[in-house]
Amino acid sequence: MWKKKNKQVAFISKEHDEYIKSINKEKIFIRNTQVLIFVFGIIFWETAARNNLIDTFLTSSPGAIFELIVKFVGDGSLFKHLYISTMETIGGFFAGTLGGLLIAILLWWFRKLARILDPYIVILNSLPKTALAPIIILWVGMGYSGIIATAASISIVVTIMTLYTGFAGVETDKITLLKTMGANKFQILKKVIIPANIPNILSVIKVNIGLSWIGVIVGEFLVSKAGIGYLILYGSQTFKLDLVMMGVFVLGVIAAIMYFFSSWMEKTIIKY
Amino acid sequence: MEYICELKNISKRFHTINNETKAIDDISFKVKKGEIVSIVGPSGSGKSTVLSLIAGLEKPSEGEVIVNTKSIGFMFQKDQLYEWRTVYKNCLLGLEVRKMDNEENKIKVKKMLEKYGLTNFKNHYPSQLSGGMRQRAALVRTLAIEPDLLLLDEPFSALDYQTRLEIGDEVGTILRNEKISTILVTHDIPEAVSISDRVIVFTERPANIKKEYNIEFEECVGERTPMKCRNTLVFGEYFRNIWRDLDVEKEK
Repeated sequence: MWKKKNKQVAFISKEHDEYIKSINKEKIFIRNTQVLIFVFGIIFWETAARNNLIDTFLTSSPGAIFELIVKFVGDGSLFKHLYISTMETIGGFFAGTLGGLLIAILLWWFRKLARILDPYIVILNSLPKTALAPIIILWVGMGYSGIIATAASISIVVTIMTLYTGFAGVETDKITLLKTMGANKFQILKKVIIPANIPNILSVIKVNIGLSWIGVIVGEFLVSKAGIGYLILYGSQTFKLDLVMMGVFVLGVIAAIMYFFSSWMEKTIIKY
Repeated sequence: MEYICELKNISKRFHTINNETKAIDDISFKVKKGEIVSIVGPSGSGKSTVLSLIAGLEKPSEGEVIVNTKSIGFMFQKDQLYEWRTVYKNCLLGLEVRKMDNEENKIKVKKMLEKYGLTNFKNHYPSQLSGGMRQRAALVRTLAIEPDLLLLDEPFSALDYQTRLEIGDEVGTILRNEKISTILVTHDIPEAVSISDRVIVFTERPANIKKEYNIEFEECVGERTPMKCRNTLVFGEYFRNIWRDLDVEKEK
């Protein structure tokens, strides 16, 4: 931050100039290599498929996937599936993250409750939550709500644990300081506990976006009639590997978008 | 004479599952309004506990603490600036808590920042400041609520030696000029002597008052600053006396 603000250096020595150049050079090299790996991977895959070096029944091929994407985009069905899955993910994400945040705050507020619930939370956390998905779907419903609940269930426990640990770990003197100023518990929550945990909350958000997608795909595997998870499952059951690969590719694109979004968010929110 | 704070036969025990420790054993002292009192003593002798008791953060096991104000400022060894707030926002913290962050007080804080040479850094985050500037910002934050009683818990000991002398000199001068009643806990004898009107020497745990010194510098009456006090002859004498008090403890 400090350095950023002092970008304008009055005098730049030749040595400094070379230093900057060498750093940029390395950056460009790394970026180029990253792109090349992708391009060569695609070319290799396509060539191998066309020359029958690999069984396209099992591996599909970039060309076929692309054609399928064009078709699905053309008739609008890709967006329909994407829309449904995204909405489910957003629902599950908010339910899991906000629910987890709220419960973590409650546990911080009532320390005794936290101590009582501790073993249950630990066990719930180590339990593979996907195992609970069939139960949750039966309880909540065989439709969107069940899928959203599944997505939320995957992120909520780890959210509670991470945030509670963060809340409880705020430096004692930082809290004492507020107490000497006469702060009440709510002010302590608002002025220290939450702000001190913003980086923590952001990393939980990052993780939860991914976890919510896992929940949605699992949920769609189990009950859905639409969505990316449905496409993948349908594709594999009917041996249409092109469809499966397209689903995975779309998920990859979404993952990339989410990654850029969350690192942008981190940069805009955390300024210190 | 008006007293800002009075301790009457204070004892304090700390409990763990395995045992209890007596940290303070029957301590009584009074602090006059505007007086600067230092407490020195061996490490772990319960000096900081006395401050916690006065601030009301802990209750004494026996005895009575009387504090004749609700406005207490507390400064720690570490500045405890909130890294997510700018310097200016940090300084508003106490006012916000007391819902006194009105325009008038905000202007006051800005003036204080100017007085302490922090105006150019008021929109910086603490991580961009040097140790000395951070502690100065912490002082502004503490003084912003205009405390009647200031409790300082080794506030300079995390600073490097040179900064420590400078900031100690600055803060000491400010406290004296503004006549802020202060209790300073430190293990730095020269610091205690140069800043205070009175030095209280604690014994080892369980802490008791071993001795009290009224610190007077005839050579710098009128404009007493810590740095001037350090250059007087009596300074050395005070130092040697207090040092001996603490040393005897160690030999025991």
